Amino acid sequence: MIGIEHYITVSSILFVLGVLGIFLNRKNIIVILMAIELMLLAVNINLVAFSAFLNDMTGQVFAMFVLTVAASEAAIGLAILVIYFRSRGTIAVDDVNRMKG
Amino acid sequence: MIQTLAFYLFAVLLIASAVFVIMARNPVHSVLWLILCFFNAAGLMVLVGAEFIAMLLVIVYVGAVAVLFLFVVMMLDIDFSELRGGFIKNFPLGVALALVLLAELVLGIGAYGAGGVVLGVPDGAAAPLIGQSNIESLGILLYTRYLFLFEAAGLILLVAMVGAIVLTLRHRADAKKQNVSAQIARRPQDATFNARPPVGQGVKL
Repeated sequence: MIGIEHYITVSSILFVLGVLGIFLNRKNIIVILMAIELMLLAVNINLVAFSAFLNDMTGQVFAMFVLTVAASEAAIGLAILVIYFRSRGTIAVDDVNRMKG
Repeated sequence: MIQTLAFYLFAVLLIASAVFVIMARNPVHSVLWLILCFFNAAGLMVLVGAEFIAMLLVIVYVGAVAVLFLFVVMMLDIDFSELRGGFIKNFPLGVALALVLLAELVLGIGAYGAGGVVLGVPDGAAAPLIGQSNIESLGILLYTRYLFLFEAAGLILLVAMVGAIVLTLRHRADAKKQNVSAQIARRPQDATFNARPPVGQGVKL
């Protein structure tokens, strides 16, 4: 029988894969954004699994809010990416120093 | 039995496609694997009984976010092979860090499985309604208890939309636009004239 441990295991593996994706593709910001999406998906699976197994709908409500924030973050991130590419002609992010931060 | 089988199918496909997302050479392939990933996650959520979140995942993630990624990847003219530099260099450190993180998470799950951790007990205020579908219970909760958070989520989406438009909007100097005031200010005597050319000669312009 599938218990909550199975779901948590899958979501933690997914989260770790997201972290690994950020490490491996340090230059390619598109893949970094996709890895962030993977991590948010892992969080969503966790929330939904706990919500279902604890018989409490709050987790699903919060999964929806996470989804909202993920969609906004993808839109803003890709918009910043597009204007960065327009001004620099590349998206290599390991030498970003425009703001001298 | 069939539930167990479906869970393992979805879980294995989910993990495998996530691996391909971060390993693929071509970001277009990454996006396609990401779409498969979202579909499998939606399958997992259907299995656990959260139909609304599963459909939301398919509609919002696959229909909007992944397509947005695909659009940007294909629109920008980027040499992706150059961006893969450092992949090999970062590999050992990244895998080591990921293994440490995974070991910690697995330890946490093991501790939970051993019964040492007591989860919070739900107060029952947000329990799914008896005899109602998932979406009905979710909707009632969303429009009563979490109404203000729901409105805030809408505001976040609005601000994100305005922000994305403002960021990418640009005024090009060479774009040809309609100048309404110049059109209205144009008088007939500025634009046309009457001429009576002699027979055999053309009009001098």
